Amino acid sequence: MESTIQAGPFLSFFHYLGKRTLNAINHLGAAAIFFAMSFLKIFRPKQLREIIQQVFYIGAKSSNIVMLVGLFTGMVLGLQLFYTLNKFGSQGVLGSVVALTLIRELGPVLTAIMITARAGSAMTAEIGNLRMSEQIDALYTMRIDPQRYLISPRIAASIISFPLLTAFFDLVGILGGYITGVLLLGVDKGAYFYRIRAYVDMVDIRGGFIKSLVFAVLVSTLCCYHGYFTHLRTDSYGARSVSLSTTSAVVFACVTILISDYVVTSFLM
Amino acid sequence: METPLIEFREVTKRFGEKTILDKVDLSIYENQITTIIGKSGSGKSVLIKHIIGLLSPDEGSILFRGRPVHEMTKKEWEGYRSQISYMFQNNALFDSMTVFENIALPLRQTTRLKKKEIDKKVMSRIEQMELTDAAKKYPAELSGGMQKRVALARALVTDPTIVLFDEPTTSQDPVRKNVILSMVAHYRKKFGFTAILISHDIPDVFFISDRILLLWEGKIAFHGNYEALAKLDHPMIDEFLRSIEGLRDELTGLLSKGVFRARYALVLGGGRVDTTSTAVLFSVHFDRLGDLLGPQGAIEVVKAFGEYVHTYFEPLGGFSARHRRGEVLTILPHIGIEEARQLVDDFAKGLREKALHEIETLARGKVGDETPFDISVSSGITDCRTTDNIEEIMAKAETNQKVIATCQCAKEVSAK
Repeated sequence: MESTIQAGPFLSFFHYLGKRTLNAINHLGAAAIFFAMSFLKIFRPKQLREIIQQVFYIGAKSSNIVMLVGLFTGMVLGLQLFYTLNKFGSQGVLGSVVALTLIRELGPVLTAIMITARAGSAMTAEIGNLRMSEQIDALYTMRIDPQRYLISPRIAASIISFPLLTAFFDLVGILGGYITGVLLLGVDKGAYFYRIRAYVDMVDIRGGFIKSLVFAVLVSTLCCYHGYFTHLRTDSYGARSVSLSTTSAVVFACVTILISDYVVTSFLM
Repeated sequence: METPLIEFREVTKRFGEKTILDKVDLSIYENQITTIIGKSGSGKSVLIKHIIGLLSPDEGSILFRGRPVHEMTKKEWEGYRSQISYMFQNNALFDSMTVFENIALPLRQTTRLKKKEIDKKVMSRIEQMELTDAAKKYPAELSGGMQKRVALARALVTDPTIVLFDEPTTSQDPVRKNVILSMVAHYRKKFGFTAILISHDIPDVFFISDRILLLWEGKIAFHGNYEALAKLDHPMIDEFLRSIEGLRDELTGLLSKGVFRARYALVLGGGRVDTTSTAVLFSVHFDRLGDLLGPQGAIEVVKAFGEYVHTYFEPLGGFSARHRRGEVLTILPHIGIEEARQLVDDFAKGLREKALHEIETLARGKVGDETPFDISVSSGITDCRTTDNIEEIMAKAETNQKVIATCQCAKEVSAK
């Protein structure tokens, strides 16, 4: 029986909020199960070839853009931090500040965002397209588990590629800081590298890699999840559905990277 | 009684409020081609997706060799699925893979065969489907018909015992439709699988079908062979056949059955006016030639014969339609039975002297020079009373049929 009570704007707001929250929790649970199942299927036979192929697409093909961004991030950091540290007469610690900022924070976050933009969007679009053209159903009819064949290699490749690319980003970023700090602004070369060795601990490096692993899982799961369930969207269908799923996946992944960055950092401190 | 290979028992499927399948009961038998017909959106694809497990029923059960699939263990279920292949309506080929890779995919991923064995098996299928030149091409570089062949090769590479074809002839031109249908029939014969086919291509598809299922408003409204479907006097069948038949039978160029019935009713006054008319039922018998020709070759022979009937009787006011496989019924309005007999004799003379030679040449081109074969044409003449319906006329004419021309071994044409 339909309710005869007229909902006011206040009640409607809570109704909307509750609905969205329940929907979000529902998706979160589904994505967690999706990840768990796909992760376990990484260890099934006949996966190595697919994983290597995905490492090439997600990792190797993203390395140039990641290193370019890393170089300029390091250069900007060198400039900004030199300006700030100069006020306190502490230019000598520039190397350690640049390195710590990159290794602990900017390296994992910016690398994850760059891979999301480049490879994450491609994952959603490709899987979404396979779904809409019934190729995922075709895999099922051929007794090929679509999750094992399509999702698991991408998650595995992300887990391998994210920390490696983060390491590249950090390294090139430190070189970028060296270019501006040492070569352009005259900071002592020996002090730059000595401070890095003196102040960067294994804990900092480990923390950065933990973050990159968390981001790898989140980005690959969210992007694959959006593509895999493109056909369940109620707001669109066909090519538009794939494009909307790709946009949502990238936005969700970026927001999740930043939120989870805060959470992980809190635990690591 | 033979146990069905696949059986649906009161299968119901709903999407939201809409009931697509409503307590569907059906049986599919081994080594037959079963065709499912029905209007667009009637749930044909939904029905066959239940067979392979892409969808599961909300109510009812599906049985494989008498065993409910939902009671199967994981191993049994995998064993059941390993026997089935599915050819999608849009082919669902992987566009980032070459033809070879597409066909090899199920073998690479689901078997422990060595690379050499896989390559050999895939190349053999590629050669059988005449795709050798396309092996290294991508699906987007192929024509629609070639893509269908790739999809068929992929569906058959695992040697399935059941193949599901979801509208394999959609968006193909008439020639290609026949090629695909004959390909299905040919490979079914060659590899011995059970085929379940969804098609709108009536009447072409009936040439290769052993059984036909009509899905209507969520239920199986008819199951049986084409002869039974054609004889069935049911408004639903008429509506269905009218809705999918064009003005002319694409196969023979003769009138479609719907138009033929309408013209018959008009000419004979639907029983209101007493007119004298005669009906002639022609039958083309292929004997073993039918097997040699294959469905597509047989279609071409019937077409050639249909064209000759049309050319001869149309100027005399006659009109014809193909009613069964290889049977053409001609109505000669306002012509008495004796006059009709004379006309048929003249027709038979022309058939023996000219048309049958052309048909023989056509058939010879299909089966080769060395193979002996027979073609014979029979005719049965009967008068039409205004109260007779077409089925009664055909039954009467059938009893009077006698051979009017034969073509033996392509060596000589003789009158009988």
